[in-house]
Amino acid sequence: MKLSTFKKGLHPEDYKYFSQGQAIETLPLPDDVYLPLQQHIGTPCEPLVKKGDRVKTGQIIADSSSYVSAPVHASITGVVKDIEKYYHPLGMRATMIHIRREGEEAWELLEKIRDWKWTPKEKLLETIRKAGIVGLGGATFPTHVKLNPPDDKAIDSFILNGVECEPYLTADDRLMIEQSDKILLGMAIMMHILDVQKGYIGIENNKPEAIARMQKRVVELGYPFKVVPLKVKYPQGAEKMLIYSVLKRKVPYSKLPMDVGVVVNNVATAFAVAEAVTEAKPLVQRVITVTGDGVNQPKNLMVRLGTPFKNLFDACGNVKDEVNRIFMGGPMMGMTQYHLESPVVKGSSGIVAVTGELVEELSTFPCIRCGACVRTCPMNLMPLRLSKLSQEKQTDKLESFGVMNCIECGSCAFVCPANIPLVQWIRVGKIRLRERNARKAKERS
Amino acid sequence: MTEKNQIPEEKKEGTAAEAVTENTPAAAESEAAKPKKDPRNRLFRSDRMTIVAPAPHAKGRNSVPRIMYTVIAALLPAAVMSILLFGTKAMVTLMVAVFAAMVAEFACNKIMKTGITVDDGSAILTGLLLALTLPPTFPIAGTALGAVVVIVFGKQVFGGLGANIFNPALLGRAFLQASFPVKITTWTLPALGGSNAYYDLVTSKAVDTVTGATPLGLMKFEGIGTHLKPLLFGNIGGCLGETSAIAILIGGLVLVILKYADWRIPLSYIGTVFLFSGALWLIDPAAYPDPLFMILSGGLMLGAFFMATDMVTSPVTPAGTWIYGIGMGVILVVIRIWGGLPEGVMYSILFMNGLVPLLNRWTRPKYFGEIQEEKKKS
Repeated sequence: MKLSTFKKGLHPEDYKYFSQGQAIETLPLPDDVYLPLQQHIGTPCEPLVKKGDRVKTGQIIADSSSYVSAPVHASITGVVKDIEKYYHPLGMRATMIHIRREGEEAWELLEKIRDWKWTPKEKLLETIRKAGIVGLGGATFPTHVKLNPPDDKAIDSFILNGVECEPYLTADDRLMIEQSDKILLGMAIMMHILDVQKGYIGIENNKPEAIARMQKRVVELGYPFKVVPLKVKYPQGAEKMLIYSVLKRKVPYSKLPMDVGVVVNNVATAFAVAEAVTEAKPLVQRVITVTGDGVNQPKNLMVRLGTPFKNLFDACGNVKDEVNRIFMGGPMMGMTQYHLESPVVKGSSGIVAVTGELVEELSTFPCIRCGACVRTCPMNLMPLRLSKLSQEKQTDKLESFGVMNCIECGSCAFVCPANIPLVQWIRVGKIRLRERNARKAKERS
Repeated sequence: MTEKNQIPEEKKEGTAAEAVTENTPAAAESEAAKPKKDPRNRLFRSDRMTIVAPAPHAKGRNSVPRIMYTVIAALLPAAVMSILLFGTKAMVTLMVAVFAAMVAEFACNKIMKTGITVDDGSAILTGLLLALTLPPTFPIAGTALGAVVVIVFGKQVFGGLGANIFNPALLGRAFLQASFPVKITTWTLPALGGSNAYYDLVTSKAVDTVTGATPLGLMKFEGIGTHLKPLLFGNIGGCLGETSAIAILIGGLVLVILKYADWRIPLSYIGTVFLFSGALWLIDPAAYPDPLFMILSGGLMLGAFFMATDMVTSPVTPAGTWIYGIGMGVILVVIRIWGGLPEGVMYSILFMNGLVPLLNRWTRPKYFGEIQEEKKKS
């Protein structure tokens, strides 16, 4: 059978074997958690607690009045030790609420929903917002916004993203195997909110167990969903690529998936939605893969948000001596960590420690115009040209070559035989273009 | 891009002291010289650090030297064949060209202070390619001069590897053709000899049994064709590397399979020559050579698989590559049939090389989602 997929892209070695067979373990409650005020795309939250306050697990400790935002919950029961600048896994110091664990675990749950099928959609969306749910695949866009498209967009299909195309990561894979019922329930709730009938579950073919499990449960529970096995290829998990792989629809330039009638959500998000709606549990924990050849015992862990990464490594037999790079997320788009005190945030799907040759130490050559980047770019761009224009600060030309289409998947830099940091230069170019456009808009007004 | 992980002084000590809980603070301070028990600690020390850098953190195995040396390896069948056919003279020419190219590259590196780039293999490849386009009797001094010109004026004046517009080896050959017009068109017959129609024909015609015309020359100026078998195996007069179509095909197919040469280029180039000359041949088989002869004779095979596919001087877009190949094919047939020269591979490639920057600009691929947007507008 020919599996569906998108055009171009590449096949990095997937290294999933480190943690693919490891069942999800729950990490013991940490003594300290650090909860950043911003763990989502949108307006940062304002703290609602002050130093010395006692908080319960699940209590909202920071929120914003803005629509595109998601509240932050206390992930353990204890005392607010401080509200301070601390190490954020995205590579900066950000304001975080530091909670020290104290006493027995006590929960503050959301308002109970008795039967979601007969609850108004506004109420369900409100619950999802209050639960602080954002896209858990890594993009962290608030889910209640995604599930509430403007009225003029007719949504006809829902795709559940179980692709997990980044090498190393297995968190979604394990979640699909172990929590398939809850994921399917979450998907049904989201489709109910959107009022769509067609549901697809996209899973890459290197997760046969997850595909079999999901397929089995879909049939047994009588859901009208279609499990779509996909050919293994990076970056299939990118929304636009996944929509093309599953439905062969192309999201137009500068448009959103909802413009072609599709909403995509991650399996971990579906799981969180099911927990919030049926068990009134806010988002205080997530599954994270701790893996890489630099970790002694790679594992998939269910951890409370805000747990420092070093606790995770402790639970996995610590890192090896020769580790030379630690990053959050996959190797293609992940962020290197500069401090292991950085906490798990909503968008952390994995933490990977690797040894071996460093990409940065490979020698760089001039571009020989081999065209490998052009053949690989899933968005059909010319990375060699964009990176060159970015280096030459030709911002106008950058725009005409479609730099804003770039999804920063890193495929071009991966395949480049000259080892040119293509995607990095393109990012610089995008920032320059945005700055220039902002300047222009200012001048006009 | 790399930024080494520099943790502020006070943090470094703070974490070190925290982690080594079984030691006293004083012991922790003197610990700096000794290796730590917890491997995590070194992440915050300045002597052994982890890397903080932007994604991607993984890298494919391909590299520029790997490409260059693979192409060199793919040229070996043709090079070995040339030595078999033309003897030690061929070997000397090959070695002189490669050596002169490497020396010229090294000298340019020193003068331009660019760092040594001899080891990336591109100079070796260029020298080898130049040698394979020269006739066996070409003087050694001329070969060396050609290799120096190739590196200095074909590559380094543009700014080194990747910056040149024209294929350096062919530019060098064009220079030699202008400088030594007689020497570069004096052909020797292969030492293997043997009896076949072509060989008998040439030897009976020529007074000096050592020299003889190339099949294309015979065709052009005397209207005599050559059988396909000697064309395939290389038992004919011609440049060192171009005579044996089979040896070139072996290496060329390896490159295409490894994706170090774009399959579209040889296909469109050779295909265009075949179709165009085939059409002419169908119109008048007596006046025009048959298409199989056209694609197997001269330097077309070598040019299509090794010269035209040079990454630096060929387009990066699929559409541009098709235009590039078809353009070369048309120019080649025009030169061979109506032009003044028997062979036109060199000029066809050089001409299309000049168009590559334009082709890249004109044939920008439509971005993902761009077509649909246009449809919606209309």
